[in-house]
Amino acid sequence: MAVITPPEKTAAGQRQQQPRRSRRRPLVLNAVALAAGVALWAVVAALGLVENLPTPTAVAQKAGTMIADGTLVSDTFASLRRVLLGYALGVVVAVPVGFLMGWYPTVRALVEPYIQFFRTIPPLAMIPLAVVLLGIGEVPKIAVIFLASFMACVVSSFQGVIDVDKTLINAARVLGASDRIIFAKVVIPASTPFILVGMRIGLGASWATVVAAELIGAQEGLGYRMQKASTWFEMDTIFVSLITIGVLGLVMDRLLLLAERRLTGWQERR
Amino acid sequence: MNSKISFRDVVKTFPLKDATFTALGGVSLDIADQEFVTVVGPSGCGKSTLMSMAAGLQEPDSGSVLVDGTPVSGPGPDRGVIFQQYALFPWLTVRQNVEFGLKLASVPAEERRRRTEQAIGLVGLSDFADALPKTLSGGMKQRCAIARAYAVDPQVLLMDEPFGALDALTRVQLQDQLLQTWSQDKRTVLFITHDVDEAVYLASRVVVMAARPGRVHRVVDVELPYPRTEEIRLSPEFRRIRNEVWTSVYHQEAPAQAA
Ligand SMILES: Nc1ncnc2c1ncn2[C@@H]1O[C@H](COP(=O)(O)OP(=O)(O)O)[C@@H](O)[C@H]1O
Ligand SMILES: [Mg+2]
Repeated sequence: MAVITPPEKTAAGQRQQQPRRSRRRPLVLNAVALAAGVALWAVVAALGLVENLPTPTAVAQKAGTMIADGTLVSDTFASLRRVLLGYALGVVVAVPVGFLMGWYPTVRALVEPYIQFFRTIPPLAMIPLAVVLLGIGEVPKIAVIFLASFMACVVSSFQGVIDVDKTLINAARVLGASDRIIFAKVVIPASTPFILVGMRIGLGASWATVVAAELIGAQEGLGYRMQKASTWFEMDTIFVSLITIGVLGLVMDRLLLLAERRLTGWQERR
Repeated sequence: MNSKISFRDVVKTFPLKDATFTALGGVSLDIADQEFVTVVGPSGCGKSTLMSMAAGLQEPDSGSVLVDGTPVSGPGPDRGVIFQQYALFPWLTVRQNVEFGLKLASVPAEERRRRTEQAIGLVGLSDFADALPKTLSGGMKQRCAIARAYAVDPQVLLMDEPFGALDALTRVQLQDQLLQTWSQDKRTVLFITHDVDEAVYLASRVVVMAARPGRVHRVVDVELPYPRTEEIRLSPEFRRIRNEVWTSVYHQEAPAQAA
């Protein structure tokens, strides 16, 4: 272009371009890293360096069969249903409990000992107890996932209320806000970032728990499938299930991250 | 009963581990209606504590704080408060922040909009009405906080080191803007600062406090005319008063102190 652009314009143009380029580059690097990983896996499997390691092609073929005969879909739905139910219940109960603990010292004093105690017990360790108390149906599985997500979320929403800037509360108060208004208009928005962090941790914990929960007399599910495959040394089936769990977990985490960006974009970057 | 705000023998203590700390040891101070009073004093002498009792955010242990002759029993929209840390709601835009108090007061939508725009215009933020606080400079944030207080139209402004975190130039601009608004609206202003120049430039009376226990050390009358100008700021009379205040802040007799 032979047109002479004023300096501000060029500067603005560059400023617009730069973030786009720098946003795309990590994505390219991510893809390169993934491809390299799969290539390395293929080489290691082809050379037989690790016993029983299936090749990427074998895994892909297995995935094809499992999709065709419907097992992958039904396993995925079974696991997803458990995770979503347990997780959603955990979040829905944890957020109000955390809020109440943060807002009312009495509630905190009553609930905190239990939270602290159960926090030290990994949810997986609750499985035997869940089986004895709740049988081997869907209930104990969902209960254990619920516990995992509840524990992750309750602490963070409680912390969110505790950490609300006292000056903000005072600022609302001097403008005439009642306690109820302060809670709704200050405490809840101010603690949203904490809650979302807790929700992401809780989601990870839920996925971690579902696999183990499916050891309890399940008939389908990704964890159940892996368990069964391992007794028959079906390494390709294990890989397909593992990768499915990984992808599902990642997609859900990204969705939450997206929500986090939208809901907490007001935060100052430190 | 013609003082707007009066502190009568106000004592405030805070419990420490094994003792009580006397933040204010009997402070009496009267501020007339429409007066602009500044308070200076060493850090920790109880300036913020004094102000938050006028705001109704804290209560005195003994003595009383009266506004319009009535004991303060909590915060109220008749007293606007401006904090050093701006205290803007970071999830709300400038406009929404300014509207906050008006919504609480159930001001009808149309009047609310009018008063919001007016307050935003007054502090020169009209172009940033839809911006989030995180995108604003410190000076602009404080302008927004001031607009939020103005919008409710309080009779009293309580300002706790509002310009303390700003650069010198922005500070002077905001001082002039504050004085200009005050000369029109004639609110009563209680303004806390650690900047002696600022204290003298703004006030008709400078209250110098001393620490341990927090108390009024001296009150210096500033007999300089309003409007205050650059010329006044550079005048020998200003310098004389400034030196007088400086001396009583920085050369206070050492209290019976430990550290
Ligand atoms: N809530 C509190 N608990 C204990 N001590 C406090 C509290 N608030 C203020 N103080 C103490 O009271 C003194 C006066 O505080 P403040 O009014 O903030 O002083 P200033 O604003 O003049 O710097 C300080 O020494 C401070 O440590
Ligand atoms: Mg202070």
